[in-house]
Amino acid sequence: MSETPAHRLPERDRPWMMRTYAGHSTAKASNELYRENLSKGQTGLSIAFDLPTQTGYDPDHELARGEVGKVGVPIPHKGEMHTLLDGIPLDNMNTSMTINATAAFLLSLYITTAEDNGVDRALLQGTTQNDIIKEFLARGTYAFPPGPSMRLIADMVAFTVNEVPKWNPINICSYHLQEAGATPVQEIAYAMSNAIAVLDAARERVPEDQMGKVFSRISFFVNAGVRFVEEHAKLRAMSILWEELGRERYGVQDPKHLRFRYGVQVNSLGLTEAQPENNVQRIVLEALAVTLGRNARARAVQLPAWNEALGLPRPWDQQWSLRIQQVLAFETDLLEYPDIFEGSVVMDGLVNELLAGARAEMAVVEEHGGAVEAVPYMKAALVDSHRERWRRIEAGEQVVVGMNKFTESSPSPLVDEEGGIMTVDPAVEAQQREAVQAWRAGRDQAAVDAALTKLREVALDESQNIMPASIEAAKAGVTVGEWAQTLRDAFGEYRGPTGVGEATAAEVGADLEEVREEVARVGEALGRTVKILVGKPGLDGHSNGAEQIAVRARDVGMDVVYEGIRLTPQQIARSALDEGVHVIGLSILSGSHKELIPAVIEELRAAGVEAPVVVGGIIPEADVAPLKAAGVAGVYTPKDFNMNQIMRDIVGLVAEAHGVAATA
Amino acid sequence: MSSVPATSTSRGAQIGVRLRDRDLSAAPAALNLLESRAPRDREEAARLLHEVSPAAIGAEAPGHVIGVTGPPGAGKSTLLSALVQAWRDRGRSVAVLAVDPSSKRSGGSLLGDRARITYDPDDRQIFIRSTAAGERLGGLAAGTREAALALSAAFDVVVIETVGVGQSETDVADVADTVAVIVQPGSGDALQFLKSGIMETPDVLVVTKADLGQIAIRARRDLSAALRSLGARDTQIVPVSSVPPPTGIDDLIDAFDAHRDALDVPARRREARRAAALADFAVEHGERGMRALGGRRAAVRLLTEQDPSLDVPSLVAALERKAAA
Repeated sequence: MSETPAHRLPERDRPWMMRTYAGHSTAKASNELYRENLSKGQTGLSIAFDLPTQTGYDPDHELARGEVGKVGVPIPHKGEMHTLLDGIPLDNMNTSMTINATAAFLLSLYITTAEDNGVDRALLQGTTQNDIIKEFLARGTYAFPPGPSMRLIADMVAFTVNEVPKWNPINICSYHLQEAGATPVQEIAYAMSNAIAVLDAARERVPEDQMGKVFSRISFFVNAGVRFVEEHAKLRAMSILWEELGRERYGVQDPKHLRFRYGVQVNSLGLTEAQPENNVQRIVLEALAVTLGRNARARAVQLPAWNEALGLPRPWDQQWSLRIQQVLAFETDLLEYPDIFEGSVVMDGLVNELLAGARAEMAVVEEHGGAVEAVPYMKAALVDSHRERWRRIEAGEQVVVGMNKFTESSPSPLVDEEGGIMTVDPAVEAQQREAVQAWRAGRDQAAVDAALTKLREVALDESQNIMPASIEAAKAGVTVGEWAQTLRDAFGEYRGPTGVGEATAAEVGADLEEVREEVARVGEALGRTVKILVGKPGLDGHSNGAEQIAVRARDVGMDVVYEGIRLTPQQIARSALDEGVHVIGLSILSGSHKELIPAVIEELRAAGVEAPVVVGGIIPEADVAPLKAAGVAGVYTPKDFNMNQIMRDIVGLVAEAHGVAATA
Repeated sequence: MSSVPATSTSRGAQIGVRLRDRDLSAAPAALNLLESRAPRDREEAARLLHEVSPAAIGAEAPGHVIGVTGPPGAGKSTLLSALVQAWRDRGRSVAVLAVDPSSKRSGGSLLGDRARITYDPDDRQIFIRSTAAGERLGGLAAGTREAALALSAAFDVVVIETVGVGQSETDVADVADTVAVIVQPGSGDALQFLKSGIMETPDVLVVTKADLGQIAIRARRDLSAALRSLGARDTQIVPVSSVPPPTGIDDLIDAFDAHRDALDVPARRREARRAAALADFAVEHGERGMRALGGRRAAVRLLTEQDPSLDVPSLVAALERKAAA
């Protein structure tokens, strides 16, 4: 028997868990998709919920308009959860649920479904994302104020640690921070600070001797960008910090408990609409960032599809991404070696740099009073970082192949006549509205009322855990909208910071100066500073684009009314009227533009506002003409990265609308 | 009710008449006009203001103008949300003029605060407008002062919301019937400003986050002590909490009402119009203009000699006639 040499493993490693973030239209359609994906070799489930489910609204709520079944599957109650998981063995499945504000209720639905099927909750494995701080910072699907939100998370940690011991109650997300523009240092520091806030809150709700177990159930959900060497170093730095945190702050001793465990979805921010086939190689390289070094390898990987900047991916697009993982795991020799970076001068140097930067930034967050209190600070820092990234791309300092360099291209055979994307049947929303109403009509209303009364009582009493009452509610047939409304009534509503008010002023280049002069000229002619309303209709919380537009509009000299996310068409029209704006910019990334944009324009015109409307977001080419027919003056998509040009267009529209002559 | 037939067909006069008739839907158009610096709009703005002057109404405008000021993060917007709701529950119409202090270095500003006041978009009895503070350091844009005066003809309550503690609210004090300063427990700024006399004594001191318990109680005690030592016995201190269930909001409204009931409104409004006229004249004609009037004191004297029911543009015109004479 020979010794295994140091550069080999005694046996090949098992591959990481392979998932695809999926869900759309209806529970039934999504169930079929899951079964199909599993048959293709996917080893875990990753459920994408639609925005109404994520923010706690039923399909028939006013705010759900246009959003039902769009970016994920609508699961308002246990009946739909049963349909979604039909035929999937829950005692043998590892399910990741991208759910945050309403995580306690969706986990309750999951537990209810399992128990109805005779599966003990103790056997359930999976993850609820449940990271609310990053929702305030980057993703926008929060529902309750920070304090009660943190309590719900702590309740879930305390509940699952004994009741559902194989469940990861929370996935601390640095993923969305990078999507919002975070530098690697910010990504590490804010994720770790966030974890501290969660653990501190949990510590108050679990016995001291269980902290090791609690610590071991906290996992991370990270991002990896195309600078894959540095990105790998980032993950090594995170695992060092995590272990340090466990030992020093929480007194965790067991090495198994101290292990840094993470799942990953690689970068979508860097995926381009221009020459979208290039995204395939970006995704491959990013996958390397999280798999190359064994000491910081992902536990679970999901890869975006090549066409995400165009619209929603089709099953075939997602299959391509799954095959990337499979080639990496099963064809290459990646899994045959110990850590290949051990002793690397470059890797160690990068890790040390990142550690030093992250520790300094964590200290700043601590000075603000911890992650919850520091949300406005972190938000403003992210808006600034994102703006700097954008500036480098605009200036050509950061090369994006196919977008700001090497832009010549032959026609792509990949994009078919439907635009190379999936479209959700608009009839789905009406069906789901009716379905939830039928569900409400068919339940034992007395049981529902009793469950909601109990839920309210528990919500108002901080010493109680929200989970048992939520499970009771799930069993009684309560809907996600009713559950969330009960908590909104108890906790109050909340609007997160926008981060734009604190953004620093731009460096003035010649191009910016030129736009600024034009804005000033038109403002003089109008008698008032050019005023723009930047609005995000619907439930989509991806506000990065809107924030960048708002900040740039200010930098070129406009007065900007930016009201944050989640506005109804009526609210937008009302603001536009009362604020007396000259132009309106709307941003939507959730695919609900076809319903919501015409609705906003209708409300505007009904209110007597004739100001021109421009739209930005992930708008498939095929939708541009209908939007223009509905009265939209300009449509901007990810390929329009030159924001000064967008500003020039906007001020031109204002001038035209008010009969201000063009410059000579 | 008197009106000026010669101008009543003009755009500005029409809007003014609508406001005087308490047509709240005239508010957006009124603001668009009053904020404009274009000469043709300034003439129309003067006609608008004339239609809502005490001379035209036959009395002071009925609305209650309240200045609400406080540092960022003191809980102003949450408080305003609750206040707006409570006023609406009492059946009162409310206009909020949110003044954003952000720098005009680039010429532009981000008016974000509106996002923080939640209300029903179908409720036409609420009007919210955000404006940039403009070039005047720490002050109100001329349009905001004019707007407050004009909207008080139509709305029951007009709130001017400004950011800051101490230096910035003198303009608000000039135009508002009642001035409230919001204080966050645990931050000593307001106390320091009060003691050092940088901050003029407000009519109402609001201590937010009353749910913080001991800290809030201590903040209240410290403020009372400071006020006593300044001899400001009339200033009311009202603790509020916007965390559900909100508390103190009704007390605050009662405090506003009590202050207004005890106030000589015509005298305060007259002073407000004179201060506004003086400020407008100074912006338009500067030091040179002031010298032509024989100095500030002479200008004030001249204003007090005018018909007390005159609107601001008419007062400015009087100053200009004198300066040119």
